[in-house]
Amino acid sequence: MSSGLSRGQRVFEIFNIVFLTLAAFACLVPFIHIVAVSFSNSAAVQGGMVNLWPVNFTIEPYKYVMERGEFWRSFGTTLQRVAIGATLNVLLVVLTAYPLSKSVRKLKARTIYVWIFFFVMLFNGGLIPNYLLVKELNLLNTIWALVLPGAVPVFSVILMLNFFREIPDELEEAAYVDGAGHWRILFQMYIPLSLPAVATISLFAIVGHWNTWFDGLIYMKSENYPLQTYLQTIISSFQNMESLSATDLMSLANLNDRSIKAAQLILGALPVLCVYPFLQKYFVKGIRLGGVKG
Amino acid sequence: MLKRKQLKRELPLHLMLVPGLILIFIFAYIPMSGIIIAFQQFNPVKGLFGNQQWIGLANFEYVFSLPNIWQVVWNTLRIAIMKIVAGMFVPIVFALLLNEVRQVFFKRITQTIIYFPYFLSWVILSGVLIDMLSPSSGLVNTLLNTLGFESVYFLGNNNWFPATMVVSDIWKNFGFNTIIYLAAITSIDPVLYEAAEIDGANRWKKIWHVTLPGMQTVIILMMVLSLGSVLDAGFDQIFNMYSPQVYESGDIIDTMVYRMGLLQAQYSASAAVGLLKSGVSLLLISVSYYSAYRLFDHRVF
Repeated sequence: MSSGLSRGQRVFEIFNIVFLTLAAFACLVPFIHIVAVSFSNSAAVQGGMVNLWPVNFTIEPYKYVMERGEFWRSFGTTLQRVAIGATLNVLLVVLTAYPLSKSVRKLKARTIYVWIFFFVMLFNGGLIPNYLLVKELNLLNTIWALVLPGAVPVFSVILMLNFFREIPDELEEAAYVDGAGHWRILFQMYIPLSLPAVATISLFAIVGHWNTWFDGLIYMKSENYPLQTYLQTIISSFQNMESLSATDLMSLANLNDRSIKAAQLILGALPVLCVYPFLQKYFVKGIRLGGVKG
Repeated sequence: MLKRKQLKRELPLHLMLVPGLILIFIFAYIPMSGIIIAFQQFNPVKGLFGNQQWIGLANFEYVFSLPNIWQVVWNTLRIAIMKIVAGMFVPIVFALLLNEVRQVFFKRITQTIIYFPYFLSWVILSGVLIDMLSPSSGLVNTLLNTLGFESVYFLGNNNWFPATMVVSDIWKNFGFNTIIYLAAITSIDPVLYEAAEIDGANRWKKIWHVTLPGMQTVIILMMVLSLGSVLDAGFDQIFNMYSPQVYESGDIIDTMVYRMGLLQAQYSASAAVGLLKSGVSLLLISVSYYSAYRLFDHRVF
């Protein structure tokens, strides 16, 4: 207390820390609770005894989920969409951002191109024409329905081109004088210099594809649902608990609906948790470059 | 001669744009023009650009004759505007409070925790919330009961549903927006604080006369840009948490379009609603970007 804080200031600091701790706790509690439910014994869950710590620890719910074909099948679809979709996203973002990062002097038609991409942020055809288009292209129930419509994420393009712009022009000029064309300059100079930005957009693409569920719901048949869509169907049955046959089966196995759903939610969130440290590292930089620059 | 050289140098730049342009053309511009089905009696057999029967504004007339249409518009505006206002205020307060924390470790941990929900999908978060808010077994109601209150059916009661959507939306997003405001605070020149201290300013005065004015640009910019989301009440969130018993307060334009279009296959009427929404949004977003550009020289590209 050498800084000589007045009493009022000390009270404020304590209040502030307590308040922020409570807020942070409020953000975490729901997840802790769900983890606790997923690891708790059926009787304890149904008796409402589980708060923030598992009661009568068990891994039965996870075992049950892991033994289900649907879970693994949807997991496979998701892996596929993440692999193809994110690769495509990153490739297209880099290819689109590089020319658009050039000045009008170097790319005469830049303004026209920018408007073509910008307008997509302003207006869209809405759900119905998008659905009908995918249907008429015969993409329904294929992985391409999940991957192609969002293949050019304009927000990431903006983020990437802002990053490219920070690379000094002289570097490009020097490379050009040495005989390098734009392709070489992009792949051998710009991309290696922009690895943090490439990492950011890759993470956004991966998490985005992992989290998206609505396109799965409208474009895929239920046996090909990606994981989040599969989880969505489980959650919507939360509301009406009348699915008796399923519940009966589970009570036979000494399991309960809530724990199984909790276990599946945890499994659906786990990968995001795993990349979270990386997300955190890059994303402050990302939002500064991409959206609000102040 | 010189022009030819310039063209040759430019050519790869054009080629790089080709794949992106093709995909944007197919998956953004074709659906945009596909919106003409709002003026047709759409017959799926004939296809999106097939020889459909034109019926003028009949779809729009039908939509506006629906008994619940104004309720749905009102629900959308109400939820969206409450989200915008509260979603501005809460992050600003948290950024100010976090900025006053001098324990660096505590500050970092708190930031890390509060923006975690931002990265999870509404499917996961809804699953978690439905469990937490359940009137019979949920943790929130258990707590309310312990404190002597009656259980509240947050997701099944029309008085509570919109507020629950607003609060849970803030729960998901406030951490993210807090970071934006914190970044604005960090860019304030420390000399200003030193000068204020020399003038004898206390903590509140420094917040009021230095920090808030320093954030002003970003705050106004965020307000202007949020104008574009006045018709976005949050489809992902509401779709995963609503049920017929709260349609009265929670059914929004996007959920209505989904049910009408894809569940009842009323493609044309549903596209008409979608067109109205996209049209108004186009106007709002244009105004917001244009104002941001004029006021702060904020450029998207």
